[in-house]
Amino acid sequence: MSVEAMYQEIILDHYKAKHHAGLRDPYEAEVTHVNPSCGDEILLRVHLEGDRIADVSYDAIGCSISQASTSVMTDLVIGKTVGEALTVYDAFHALMHSRGEAEPDEDVLEDGVAFVGVAKFPARVKCALLGWEAWKDATARALGSAGEPSQTKEARHDH
Amino acid sequence: MPDRADLRAPWPAEDTEDHPPTGDELPSAESPETGEAAPAASGPFWLADRVRPDFPVLGRTVGDWPLTYLDSANTAQKPTPVVRAIAQHYLQHNANVARAMHLLGAEATEAFEGGRAKVAGFVGGRTEEIVFTKNASEALNLCAHTLGQHLRLGPGDEVVTTIMEHHSNIVPWQLLCQRTGATLRWFDVTDDGRLDLDRADAEGLVNERTKIVTATWVSNVLGTVNPIAALAARAHAVGAVLVADASQAVPQLPTDVHALGADLVAFTGHKLLGPTGIGVLWGRYDLLEQLPPFLGGGEMIEIVEMEGSTYAAPPARFEAGTPPIAQAVGLGVAVDYLSGLGMANVAAHEHAITTHALERLTAIEGLRILGPTQPVDRGGAVSFTLATRDGLEVHPHDVMQFLDARGIAVRGGHHCARPLHKRFRVASSTRASFYLYTTPAEIDRLADALIYTRDFFGGKL
Repeated sequence: MSVEAMYQEIILDHYKAKHHAGLRDPYEAEVTHVNPSCGDEILLRVHLEGDRIADVSYDAIGCSISQASTSVMTDLVIGKTVGEALTVYDAFHALMHSRGEAEPDEDVLEDGVAFVGVAKFPARVKCALLGWEAWKDATARALGSAGEPSQTKEARHDH
Repeated sequence: MPDRADLRAPWPAEDTEDHPPTGDELPSAESPETGEAAPAASGPFWLADRVRPDFPVLGRTVGDWPLTYLDSANTAQKPTPVVRAIAQHYLQHNANVARAMHLLGAEATEAFEGGRAKVAGFVGGRTEEIVFTKNASEALNLCAHTLGQHLRLGPGDEVVTTIMEHHSNIVPWQLLCQRTGATLRWFDVTDDGRLDLDRADAEGLVNERTKIVTATWVSNVLGTVNPIAALAARAHAVGAVLVADASQAVPQLPTDVHALGADLVAFTGHKLLGPTGIGVLWGRYDLLEQLPPFLGGGEMIEIVEMEGSTYAAPPARFEAGTPPIAQAVGLGVAVDYLSGLGMANVAAHEHAITTHALERLTAIEGLRILGPTQPVDRGGAVSFTLATRDGLEVHPHDVMQFLDARGIAVRGGHHCARPLHKRFRVASSTRASFYLYTTPAEIDRLADALIYTRDFFGGKL
């Protein structure tokens, strides 16, 4: 696969205009994840309403792959129940570990299918998963703090 | 020059096919500044043409592209004589050193100690002043541990580093200060990537509380060559010890540790055409003699009693356990190889190729170099950011990916120097770094690929 094909138009569009970017209130959990090898960082908040993901907001720096993947992730999980969103997470995670061999389900992953080429480049898989892992961590923390008042939690997660 | 007879071991020289150029074939290493070193017909980059046949990996292709290795500040490629010497050691002379009394043990010990002698000669030190470690990081950790103990560092004392250091010359000092209660301070840099000595002097950064001053000789990000002698003078004026991280410097600059003025100098083998797994600490012998052991174990002792032990003299005191034997043999051949070419010639090549790179890269619209943009007091590592014509920063990982697709190996990230990147208000950068085998054609391929990458992300393609 050529590098140009890896960087699909969908990825570049998300990179140039990230969806749901910025930090918003309210939220039940906030996490910081970093990629220590390149310095990419994401500060991400999750707001739940019952079992439904009402909002995911974030402030991040990083490469086009990590930024676009985070943008796509927010499109996919906001509005879903936690259970539904975890199904999507699992599908994306499987896609990224497929070494580019998978036939992604566009009904499940929508714009996420554009990342199939990234899976052929093992060094970049963790770029694509940075925002997803932060979301999963924050959601688990938000569920853990359900019923408690809104608070800030921080975790440093080295991949 | 890796003349096999110079291995100083009692076995026949191995076959001499593919031998590198001998010193006799080379132009004078004595006066490169005059331009007389290079044969007129060969131009300023003759050295690369001369040595490339010794580096088989540089002949590889990546798809349809020739491999363009521009990551030598990360690790250098290895010439055939170095690899062959390591193989020969393992295949014909392998034994443990300093304790095996049989023939192979004697050969291995002689080869290992021969490596030490070669490295000492290469940097102008005495053989017993060369301590082998596993890498430069371990050498710097050794300095932090032993100096902290020797100087009885405590609250009120200060350790001074710089913001342009590799993490391995920041974190060991942070840990030392955490252990002892001493305070860590640092030199800032100017916007053009030089140590801000004026501000430091005005603020009294190095003062009577300062016990240790440490700095990199050549920055692994900015390429800046720091005035170690001037820093040593400031340190010594207040009775402090000067530790230099010479990991990027020793490979590309003629080194005389006494002229440098530092008390302790750390560097690594693998950036110096040698193998991984071996680092070097040179120390002034009268200082080494006063330092306590770092790691305990075999070979670093004199007499061991259950109630306590006495320790060997330097350098053995700091070399607990089986040392990197084959690595020392390989490193000895590596420094002989460089000496044969002449370090003045290596430095002249580094200067010429860096000059060419700065010319090509500064001409690229949207490219911003971190550090000096003129080839003055500057080594062969050039870090930069790249933006499209509409101002979109192309992330170094994305730059690296596009370059890699064209067979060009660079490093993208913070290069283990996060505080420095923060100082320049960027999270990361792309770094191209050069060595004696780097050709101007490789620099031109880099420049072309950067323009292509910029325009791809700028939507111009």
